[in-house]
Amino acid sequence: MAEVLRPEMLDISNDTSSLASPELLHVLAVDDSMVDRKFIERLLRVSSCKVTVVDSATRALQYLGLDGENSSVGFEDLKINLIMTDYSMPGMTGYELLKKIKESSAFREIPVVIMSSENILPRIDRCLEEGAEDFLLKPVKLADVKRLRDSLMKAEERAFKNIMHKRELEANDIYSQLKRAKI
Amino acid sequence: MDTLIAQLQRQFRDYTISLYHQGFLDDQFTELKKLQDECSPDFVAEVVTLFFEDCEKLISNMARALDQTGNVDFKLVGSSVHQLKGSSSSVGAKRVKGLCITLKECCDTQNYEGCVRCLQQVDIEYKTLKAKLQDLFNLEQQIVQAGGRIPQVDI
Repeated sequence: MAEVLRPEMLDISNDTSSLASPELLHVLAVDDSMVDRKFIERLLRVSSCKVTVVDSATRALQYLGLDGENSSVGFEDLKINLIMTDYSMPGMTGYELLKKIKESSAFREIPVVIMSSENILPRIDRCLEEGAEDFLLKPVKLADVKRLRDSLMKAEERAFKNIMHKRELEANDIYSQLKRAKI
Repeated sequence: MDTLIAQLQRQFRDYTISLYHQGFLDDQFTELKKLQDECSPDFVAEVVTLFFEDCEKLISNMARALDQTGNVDFKLVGSSVHQLKGSSSSVGAKRVKGLCITLKECCDTQNYEGCVRCLQQVDIEYKTLKAKLQDLFNLEQQIVQAGGRIPQVDI
């Protein structure tokens, strides 16, 4: 007699989460100020994040493979969960970086947070309109990072649960079909 | 009778409080201390060192720009003071930050005399803070060497 395929025996892939590793957000931080780079790096590490820090928008694009020098080959495995960038930087601003990221098919889903020492409403509006996840006033506080992290983890959890639920429904559907076919 | 450790700890507490009360430091310095632990025991010292290096570099840039009499690049001075204001804000250097705001205003109005005067004050102020923080770190070291723990100071 053929074995009945039960839903629990169907293989549910582990790779449903885009987290760099369980519980660990990988953050790319961009700031031209050495003091602020050191500060944000520590802030993020203390908040249990994996951190990569670069000193310019250009370097950020290089890191992501969006600088035109490289194709996206080899960058699919790059798991970045959040990008935090300073607004005012020489060369390319954080706003311009935000636009480039949102234009890229590979990275447009990654939340981008803008940091600025200046509380300029039109600037904030423009960034949010362009798809920024949040706009933080510098100096950034531990509480800000915690809030960001919690909301991102919740979004990941929701997305994960949705996928699991969908797979469960699919598995149940297959099981019922098999049962009806009296296999 | 107070032990040496208790005396040092009291000195440390009083000195820290005075730095806040006299406006040398603000809340952001407290945030920096929160980020220091056994894994990163010198974090605050490292950050403020970077800050003082920033001060030296940016002040020197601004002084050079202001030296070009008749041909002062106020935009350059403005962008340098913006950077300095940013980093002073990030470490909690309250007085330096305040002076940067004034300097920025002088710059925006192309007030040459004002810029020169203000820049001199910024220079004095950061050096004063540097000396005071050095004293604070020395006190910490003395406490640790005497076998004590550095007290948490609530402002």
